Amino acid sequence: MDLSDTQIERYSRHILLKEVGAKGQKKLLEAKVLIVGAGGLGAPAAMYLAAAGVGTIGIVDADVVDLSNLQRQIIHGTADVGKPKVQSAAETIAAMNPDVKVVTHRQFAYSANIRELVRPYDFVIDGTDNFPAKFLINDACVLEKKAFSHAGILRFNGQLMTYVPGQGPCFRCVFKEPPPKDAVPTCRQAGVIGAMGGVIGSLQAMEAVKFILGKGELLTGALLTYDALSNRFHKVKLPPWNGKCAVCGEHPSITEPIDYAQAACDLRK
Amino acid sequence: MADENNALTPDATVDITSVVCPVTFVKAKMAIEELEIGQTLAVRMNDGEPIQNVPRSFKDEGHQVLRVSDNGDGTWTLLVRKASE
Repeated sequence: MDLSDTQIERYSRHILLKEVGAKGQKKLLEAKVLIVGAGGLGAPAAMYLAAAGVGTIGIVDADVVDLSNLQRQIIHGTADVGKPKVQSAAETIAAMNPDVKVVTHRQFAYSANIRELVRPYDFVIDGTDNFPAKFLINDACVLEKKAFSHAGILRFNGQLMTYVPGQGPCFRCVFKEPPPKDAVPTCRQAGVIGAMGGVIGSLQAMEAVKFILGKGELLTGALLTYDALSNRFHKVKLPPWNGKCAVCGEHPSITEPIDYAQAACDLRK
Repeated sequence: MADENNALTPDATVDITSVVCPVTFVKAKMAIEELEIGQTLAVRMNDGEPIQNVPRSFKDEGHQVLRVSDNGDGTWTLLVRKASE
């Protein structure tokens, strides 16, 4: 594949980088990234990946755009309220960059479809807002041997880590299982500062880009946390993979993704 | 350098006189990406900003600028040897 003159101009700031060049830009154009959740995290992640020329972006979301989403979900606009989020996201991306093919999956991710959803992609971004979904995505990515970026945001805090098969612990190695219902508030109950999705979602996009390019260090074996109020980033080293994890260990007890129950207040009326 | 004068026939040529910054160096960089280490590239460029910036950018990326010659028509030809990936 040769870059066209318009692509050379569009991606010139990438091509100029020693770590990218025309070869790296072609890798981006050939890459496929799945984003689960077109919300606070998924919106900025999808937009930066689209602008970067990631050739295929899959988006999974069953919801429609709600007025209360717009404070942080910048891929959607006021006129999109009531529209399926995947459609609104696809329209924004189409307007941003015609090089990107968007594959929309207007459905909830659950145990029966998640493995099939992640399978065609090179990298997965977890942009979900609840623990059952986070374990679901982790287990599916482990089982399908896919690299993915986990992230979570709440109030003025955010965190992320990256899993690459064979290169360190998975999300379940670290967090074992979902916390008891209502032990941790969701952002629907607790609130979240809008720009937090921008900070952490953009970092997820950066992990995806580095993974595709094969450049730099990923957040494998490490959790990066951000506290906006005190302006502190911490890169916390995680315990190394020990082979005992229920899904990625040597003798896994989990061989298929699990549908954990959601906290009642999270369920849509 | 002994073979400097022998490098009269470059392994590849690129003309960046029809484009402006930053596409000038982008095109030159894309041309050198295609070469093997040790091969040479001739780049024809306009006077002014390109001749000030493109040789320096090649040096910054670790390549070896062998020669810059004035074509006498408002363009210059830069000969550069690929020295790093």
